[in-house]
Amino acid sequence: MRVSAIGCTAVTASLLVALAACGGREAAAPSTAASGSGSGECQGQQTTGITDTSIKLGGIYPLSGPASAYGDIPKGIKAYFDYINAEKNGIGGRKVEFVVRDDGYQPPKAVEEARRLVEQEQVFALFQTLGTPSTTATWDYTNQQKVPQVFVATGASKWGSDTAHPWTIGWQPNYISEARVYAQYLKQERPDAKVAVLYQNDDFGKDLLGGFKKAIEGSKITVAAEQSYEVSDPSVDPQMRNLAGSKADVLLNITTPKFGSQALAADAKNTSWNPLHIVNNVAASITVLKPVGFPNVQGVVSSTYYKDPNDPKWKDDPEMMLYYAKMKQYAPDADPTVPYHTFGWAVASSFHKAMEAAKCPTREGLRDAMRALQNVQVDMLLPGVTLNTAADDGFPIESMQLMKFQGERWELFGDVIDTRKEFGPLTN
Amino acid sequence: MAGFLQEIVEGLGAGAIYASLALALVLIYQFTGIVNFAQGELAMFSAYIAWQFMAAGLPFWLALVLTLAVSFVGGMLIERVVIRPVEGAPELTVVIVTVGLFIFVNAAAGWIWSFLIKDFPNPFPGGAIEAGGLSLGYSTLGIMAVVGVVMGLLYLLFQHTKVGLGMRAVASNPSSARLVGIRVGWTLALGWGLAATVGAVSGILVAPLLFLEPNMMGGVLIYAFAAATLGGFDSPVGAVVGGLVVGVAETLAGAYVGFIGSDLKVGVPLVIILFILLLRPQGLFGRAAVERA
Repeated sequence: MRVSAIGCTAVTASLLVALAACGGREAAAPSTAASGSGSGECQGQQTTGITDTSIKLGGIYPLSGPASAYGDIPKGIKAYFDYINAEKNGIGGRKVEFVVRDDGYQPPKAVEEARRLVEQEQVFALFQTLGTPSTTATWDYTNQQKVPQVFVATGASKWGSDTAHPWTIGWQPNYISEARVYAQYLKQERPDAKVAVLYQNDDFGKDLLGGFKKAIEGSKITVAAEQSYEVSDPSVDPQMRNLAGSKADVLLNITTPKFGSQALAADAKNTSWNPLHIVNNVAASITVLKPVGFPNVQGVVSSTYYKDPNDPKWKDDPEMMLYYAKMKQYAPDADPTVPYHTFGWAVASSFHKAMEAAKCPTREGLRDAMRALQNVQVDMLLPGVTLNTAADDGFPIESMQLMKFQGERWELFGDVIDTRKEFGPLTN
Repeated sequence: MAGFLQEIVEGLGAGAIYASLALALVLIYQFTGIVNFAQGELAMFSAYIAWQFMAAGLPFWLALVLTLAVSFVGGMLIERVVIRPVEGAPELTVVIVTVGLFIFVNAAAGWIWSFLIKDFPNPFPGGAIEAGGLSLGYSTLGIMAVVGVVMGLLYLLFQHTKVGLGMRAVASNPSSARLVGIRVGWTLALGWGLAATVGAVSGILVAPLLFLEPNMMGGVLIYAFAAATLGGFDSPVGAVVGGLVVGVAETLAGAYVGFIGSDLKVGVPLVIILFILLLRPQGLFGRAAVERA
């Protein structure tokens, strides 16, 4: 029954996408007619949702449903915008209005909300859609409408490598970059590593695994065994047993939170196989490790790119102090130690920088600014991690730092690894 | 060879989990004549209730007893409030209501306890018996023992008590049962209550292994359906045997049949359901329905 229900959703999803694609062209006319256009060199460009004193953004997140933990991200974003509106006169004199919509992590709802935000709310840009499925469902629409879809919250590599959707861009390191970080680490630490891989059988898992295989080409590192699982599987224990049979000395754990916990627990339970356990960033949250028991996950390796609000290392960091103070002031109900809030803060200040860099205060201006970021410093990112894009580079963050779990939290180690420098640009 | 036997042992362990939920499915079918799609979600909800008791500081066994009691009452309440209005409606209507219940209970659990995973203490010790290269976890043994006991109790209930006889009568023909003096309403409520209790046992057995979260039982339910179909929807022994067979078949297919691997493993129970329905619709241990001409 479950299966057929999922099937129905998929069918509805594709129908809605088709409808959205058909309806798109007609809707474009009124939305541009209703608004003015730029002047001077910005003549003829779209200025929907932006005036000299305001800018209206729309975001789509799963505030309900199974992925609702991500619903904390817009709270961090709102706190940041409230803070700059009240204390910094907004972005270049424009106060930011941020409208948040709930898609429940369902692509058809994301399409509906995107249309509502663009056509009824008349937003200037979509600032973040969350999740690969929802973003994939909406990006044809936003690109037909020529609405910027800025810094989408998903690590799929297609947001940067695709050329048919210039209005959409990611932000966080894509899964291939992340895979490259682990490959680089193994090349240095375990040059002869035999790697066992557990991965989720979808775009996300294949993106990361494919990137990893490509990154170890030419080295002595080999993939000794790979096992996939479906999100509908009750448990990954059988897969972990098969991987243990390979006697590999490294385990690359490419999973989403629940399966991440199961794999970590299975690894801890099996005392006869003790590989170096690398868990991907998606499942590296403390909420994944805690149920397994901290003694069982000591020495597990992962990677990150923004500051962990729980790390005492950043206690006296000015940006972190500002974050704690302003979260308390503008989002008193939110728990600032939850990293999703920090993520929201970091991505909002990235938008601030990108918007400031735009030559024209227009949609076209923002689109061009998104792909011309040069060494942009965002203080909530790790020192050494900056935003860099170019006309042929749609990946803002491609650097990460490794971390190891020690005691009750992650500890950063080594230098920031710039995957673009080490491996060259990402091409399809 | 040791590897093969070990896979069988692991398969039995997985099968015992499926069997535990299949028992609840069989029980509710025996009482009410419908398959309850919400059974897995009710089990998950019960596991959350147990977790809540333990989070409040109660010891495991006390929490277990309280959870079983709450689940029993909860199951009866659901029958009274949700199922009673559609009693006597075609079976399909009732089944659709249970699907609605599935979605509702899942969402309610997420709303109350969030979708973040929670750890759940394992009532059984962590070690394993090692013999001849095989390792048999105490927790697997524990689950099998509990499933065996529940199966025995259900068998006694169905075959050797007046309640069991009454409920078989209700399931087979409610109007005739009412005419001979069986209180149909109470029997149905009792069925929902007992099934929820057996489901609670299943949820509490499963939670330490799969980690507690609202979608925990979704995958298990598919396998439990395969187990109940294979064994026969009216036989507790069949449900357990079915569960073990499904568990072993799935594990062996995943480990040894190259093209199935881990990718197609989830297809194994569906193939089993299809073939059993084609060849022997009443299941291995079930009784074929006989209609008087």
